[in-house]
This record gives sequence, structure tokens and C-alpha cells, in this order.
Amino acid sequence: MDLVADWFRTLYETTGINLTIVYDTYDRQRFLSGLGMTVFLSVVSIVLSVVIGAVGAWAQGSPLRVVRALVNGFVVLFRNTPPLVQIFFFYFGLGHMLPRIENADGMMVPLVTNVQWAIISLSLFAGAFNVEIFRSGIEAVPRTTTEAAEALGYTRLGVYRHVLLPLALRICLPALNNNLVNLLKTTTLAYAIAVPETLYVSKQIWTDSQNVPVMMTVLLIVYTGLVGILVFLMHRWERMLSIPGYGQGAAR
Amino acid sequence: MTSDTSPAPASVLPVLLPFRASQPRRFAPLRLQFIHAVGFIGLALLVGGAAHAQSGADQLSALGVIWKWFPLLMSGFMFNIAISVLSMSLGTIAGLGLGLLAISLNRPLRRTAWGTTQFFRNAPWLVLLFFAMFMIPFQFTIFGTTYPLPDWVKAVIGFALPVMANVSEIVRGAVGSLPSGQWEAAESLAFSRRKTLWLIILPQCVKRMLPPWMNLYSLVTMATVQASIVGVTEMLTLTAQVHAAEGGRPDLLAPLYGFAMLCFFVYCYPIERFTLYLERRFHLHQ
Amino acid sequence: MAAPAPSTEIDHGWTPDQPLVRLVDVHKSYGTIPVLRGVSLDVRKGEVICIIGPSGSGKSTLIRCINALVPIDSGTIRVEGQEVNDPDLDKLALRRKVGMVFQQYNLFPHRTALQNVMMAPIHVLKQNRKEVEARARALLAKVRLQGKEDAYPGQLSGGQQQRVAIARSLAMRPDVMLFDEVTAALDPETVKEVLVTIRDLAEEGMTCILVTHEMGFARELADHIYFTDAGLIVEHGPPAEFFANPKDERTKAFLGQVL
Repeated sequence: MDLVADWFRTLYETTGINLTIVYDTYDRQRFLSGLGMTVFLSVVSIVLSVVIGAVGAWAQGSPLRVVRALVNGFVVLFRNTPPLVQIFFFYFGLGHMLPRIENADGMMVPLVTNVQWAIISLSLFAGAFNVEIFRSGIEAVPRTTTEAAEALGYTRLGVYRHVLLPLALRICLPALNNNLVNLLKTTTLAYAIAVPETLYVSKQIWTDSQNVPVMMTVLLIVYTGLVGILVFLMHRWERMLSIPGYGQGAAR
Repeated sequence: MTSDTSPAPASVLPVLLPFRASQPRRFAPLRLQFIHAVGFIGLALLVGGAAHAQSGADQLSALGVIWKWFPLLMSGFMFNIAISVLSMSLGTIAGLGLGLLAISLNRPLRRTAWGTTQFFRNAPWLVLLFFAMFMIPFQFTIFGTTYPLPDWVKAVIGFALPVMANVSEIVRGAVGSLPSGQWEAAESLAFSRRKTLWLIILPQCVKRMLPPWMNLYSLVTMATVQASIVGVTEMLTLTAQVHAAEGGRPDLLAPLYGFAMLCFFVYCYPIERFTLYLERRFHLHQ
Repeated sequence: MAAPAPSTEIDHGWTPDQPLVRLVDVHKSYGTIPVLRGVSLDVRKGEVICIIGPSGSGKSTLIRCINALVPIDSGTIRVEGQEVNDPDLDKLALRRKVGMVFQQYNLFPHRTALQNVMMAPIHVLKQNRKEVEARARALLAKVRLQGKEDAYPGQLSGGQQQRVAIARSLAMRPDVMLFDEVTAALDPETVKEVLVTIRDLAEEGMTCILVTHEMGFARELADHIYFTDAGLIVEHGPPAEFFANPKDERTKAFLGQVL
């Protein structure tokens, strides 16, 4: 490890490429924790947003007008307002209305932390898109398939869980894939409410070490890598789910 | 080439379509209604305004504050729109060029264009914005004259980068989605590749590219608020300043940010509706 | 229409008594899958030849090789003495001489019927617009589509679209026409109108190479029939002889199925 650190120190002295995140323990720790935060934000928001999408798409088929209107309102609102303003609205606007609570150390802290607000708003934002994506998938499932399931005595939820959703999911995976990549990129907005994710810690590092171009390059590479990993996993999943003779599975 | 597709009918007469009894649809298509969201925002404003209604009578109500600062906030919003239009124009021109390179026959050129596209498409917008802010010099010199490059110009460039990549992908996607028979037919009529592209392929692509392009514009408009993070004074910056000017009352935060959401909603929602309309029309006429 | 194209092409030492199209030992594979395994055939000027055979036997690839839409791996193809698989080939010059009509019509959907016919002569041959328009209108009349000049492809039936496609090819005044299963995507009742158009052409002396499943049409019109199977020409001959007593077992089996 020391050898590597020394090499990067020499690299800085000879070329000016100052990768403090490799040779400086403090910077490395900061950066890794930032990266961890980005991954944490992404994973939790992805899971929540997919759940919101699936539940929302189901609720859209509700016989109750009110429920449908609520889901539709949620979808149009979150699709057509800037995610950053959504985050501010939640964190500053709603955050100030909630009571503060006493934590274990006797300090008064907000009921919902900035990390939690980031997760809530990111999930809702991506979830609104997911509702639309799942709906388009559901519409693509032939009505006769649903009828066949109904004829077998499935309940509405049963049809949705066992027939519609599994088929719709396979149809809309490419669109979902796109949206989740988008969500991963949107986690950078948590920077604005001081969530120490990758962009936030990178800015701290380049302010301390004056190595903006280097850190900028690192940032771009890191996000390209993260997106690459997500796309790879989604493709694995797509392949796992593909059914011979159905949808895109037919092409293989 | 031996698929047994039945020939397309001349023009679809409604009577010839399979009869469908109008039945209550279990999964009715989402009717994105304006009224739903206005209701939501109104509710948010109300909650925000009412939550701290107890705060003294000498203070302006939330709506009063918004009304007082309305001209300033609107000027900020107009600046967001201006940034979005400029970035979109710049990005579209660059993206069309990049997209054409991405379908070129020259392999190294095609690979490079593809790589550039993917790189800028996968980077977060905010990171690209930081990239533009820090990596573009604040002034440049041509023939001994020094021109300053204000922050908002750099922001425009920062937003134009992802636009470029997305437009490039839209071009590539649209060209790829045309049936290969169009290329073959043009080739067999001795059209050169250039002519095939400009006379036959691209005119047909415009219709396919329009909906995703408009969608992209909507995204750019909503992304412009990120400029406030890198210090460009736009609507969100002004909103924070208005909040401070009114004494930093916490009860004003939700209404003020709610108002910002409303502005963007009123601007972006019609764009989304129109995009959906175009998409449907395109599917009908395919 | 039978007027010969102005001879602006380079002379390849070809004289009209030689075959107009000549294929010698043509091989082609897609990846590791061989599609053509040594095909040879001759087409003389004014001849109509039909290529028949089961699907997947390489018929469509064969016809696409002739105007260089598909590059071949080995062998030679000559059109009017011009080598088609020559790397220095002027593909555009070749394609001015060889017209092609596709199974899926492939009209340009953003242009009207008349514009579809006019486009290539104006943009490729740089001919005078007025003169081209007159010719295009005459061609559309010839394929019995007067009154449909301003219709878009989407407003025409399959048979009508296919006739526009034929007119579009003819507008280039080709020396030879390739027809790739042009009736395969049509309704039975519109097949006939397209076949009549092709017969008119053939009777005017146009050299035609057809890939077809219309056995009756092939028997009536063709000067020579080629039967392909698994990338090879299994048997060929004049239609009377070919249909009356096929010699090869595969031909017999195929004809047994389709006749």
C-alpha cells in the first residue's frame, strides 16, 4: 500500500497529476465514504422507486376515481417539476414543518435527516416515471391474457401479481433500465442539501487540494463506471427474465 | 425477407377495424390531467401557508409574499427559460453532427462518435455542469482582444453537453429504426449514401425524432435550476434571496418552493401533453 | 419504354450477343452459414428468367448480388461485361442499369407516388425536371395508376404500391429488372394486377430476372426456369420441359408440393 501511495506521490511531483484520494489516507476515506453514500442512495432509491412504480401502476387500475386521480396527480406533478426543486421543497419546506426530536446524545435533531429526505424525494421522482413505465408495459399485455387469468378465478390483485406484472415487467425493462440509470445520475442533486455523496466529497477534496481537473476526471470516470455496473446488472436481469418466444426473448 | 406480413390497407376505414365493445377498461390509460397537479400544488401551498398561520398579523401571508416578489421571481424564471433555449439550440446543432458521425461508414469515426455520445450521456448533468464551470476559462483571447466568459455562458455550455449526447442518440436511434428496405430501395436506385441520407432517411426521421427531442427539452428546462448550485443567479437563487429578504421565516419555504414548482409545471406540462399527442399521432400513421 | 438507355458507360468489351447478366461459380456465406455454393447462370438480352425454389434456398441473396446490394465472397458476376465484385466498381453506375423491385415495395413514405418515381432521375441522373415529370406520369399511366399521382404510399393498396415501385425502377431506364418475390406480400386479388404489369414489360422486351412463387406465371412467361435448393442450382430448363418432366428428385418433391 505504501508503495502505491509513494508511486502516486511521485506521479504528482513529476506530472502534476495530484491523486490525493490514492495516497492521502484522509482524502481516500472521504472519497470512499462519498462513493458509499452514492451507492447507498442509488440502491435504496432504486428499490423504493420500483416499488412505488409497481404499486402506483396497480392503483391506477383501481375502480375508485379518487385513487386514480391521486396517482395521476402524483405522476404529472413529479414528472413536470425540476427534481432539484422537489428536493428543496421536501427538505426546506416540509422539513421545517416537522417537529425536532431528541437523539441519544440529548441533541435536538430533525425528525427526517437530509439523507432520508434525499431518498424520499429521489424515490418519488423516479417512482413517478416508473408508474408510467409500468403502465405502458401493462397496456402492452393483451387483454385476453388478463381475461384468461380472470376466468381461472384470480382476484384483481392476483391477476396483477401473477400475470400482468411479470409480463409487463419484461416488456418495459429497457425503459425501466433507462430510468434507473437516470436515477443514479440524479443522486448527485443530493449535493444541494449537503448529503456527503461522491460529488459533495469531491468538491471538498478539490477545494482542499486544489486539484480540480484531476478530481473532475475522477468524477466522470467514477460515474461512467457506476452507470456501467448498473447497466450490466440490468442486462443480466433482463437475460435472466427473458422467456423464449416472448417479447424480446423471442429474438434470442 | 420472407415474412408473411399482410399488405397494409390503403387507408384504414373505421368499419373495417375489429369491433370492440366499449367496456370499462380495467387499466385505463393514464389521463394526465392538469387539474390533478394544480390541486396538489394548491394543497401544498395551503399547507405551507396554514402551518404557521399563527405567526403575527403584521407579517405578510405566503401568497402576499409571492405576490410582492412576483416580478423578480418571474424574471428569474425567464432567465431559466433563456438558458434552456440556448443550451438546447447549441446542444442540438452539436448533437446532430455527432449523431451523423455515429452512423458514418468510417469505423474509427463511428466508434469515436459513439464513445463520446455514451460518455456524455452517462455522466450526471450536475457533474457536467461543474465540469463546464471549472474547466472552461473565465475569459478567452482572440487576436489580442480578451472576451470575458460569464458564468451563465459556461452554464449554457454545461447543459449543452448532455443535450448533444442525447440528440446524437436520438438521431442514431431514429435512423436505426427505419426499415432497412428504405436503404436498399434507395441504393438500388443508384442514390449515393449522402443523397440517401438527406433525401430519404433523414426526412422520414424528423417525425420520429420530434417527440424524444421535445422530451429532452423539457428535461433541460427542469435541469436549469441546477445552475444555482454553481452560482448562476436564476429562479432558485432568487427564491432563496426572497426568503432571506422576508426575514428567513421557515413557514415561507414550502410556499416559495411550491411556487417555483408551479412555474415549471405550467411551462413543462403543456410540452409533455403535446409530446404525447405527437407520439400517438405518429403511431397512428405509421 | 423499350428505348435503349443512352450509352454513357465505359465499354467493357461487351456486345449485345453476349449474355447481359452472367454469373459464374458465385459463393456467398453469412458468417459460417453458406447461402450460395457455386451458382452460375446466364441471362440474355430480352430474356425473362424465373428463379424458383423453397424458402431459404438463397434466391433473394442471389438476386441481391446482381446489383451489389450484397457483396459476394468468390466467383464472378458480370452485367453488360462490367464486373460486379470488382472492388473499384462504380456501384452507382451499375445500379443505373439494373432496376430492382422488392417484396415489401419499399416506397419512400414521405413522398407521393409521382415524387417517388421522379426522385432518382432528378437527383441521381440529374435529368430535367419537366422531362422527368412527363415521363413519370406516363409510367404511372402505363402501370394503370392514372389519378394516383398525388397519393402517398400509405394511401395506396399493396398492389398499387408495388406498381408504383415498378414505375419507380423503370424511370431509371434500366437494361435489366430484378423482381424479388414482388407478389409474396400481396392479397391474392391484387397479385394479378402486378403480374399483368410485369407481363406487359416482358412483352416489350425488357430483360427480367424474377424470384417468384407464382408457378403458373413462371410457366407462362419465362424463357428459362432455374430451380435452387440449398444454395445450388439444382436444375434448369425451358418451362415446358422443366414442369413436364423434372429430372432431379428435389425438383420433383418441390413441384409436388406447390403444384
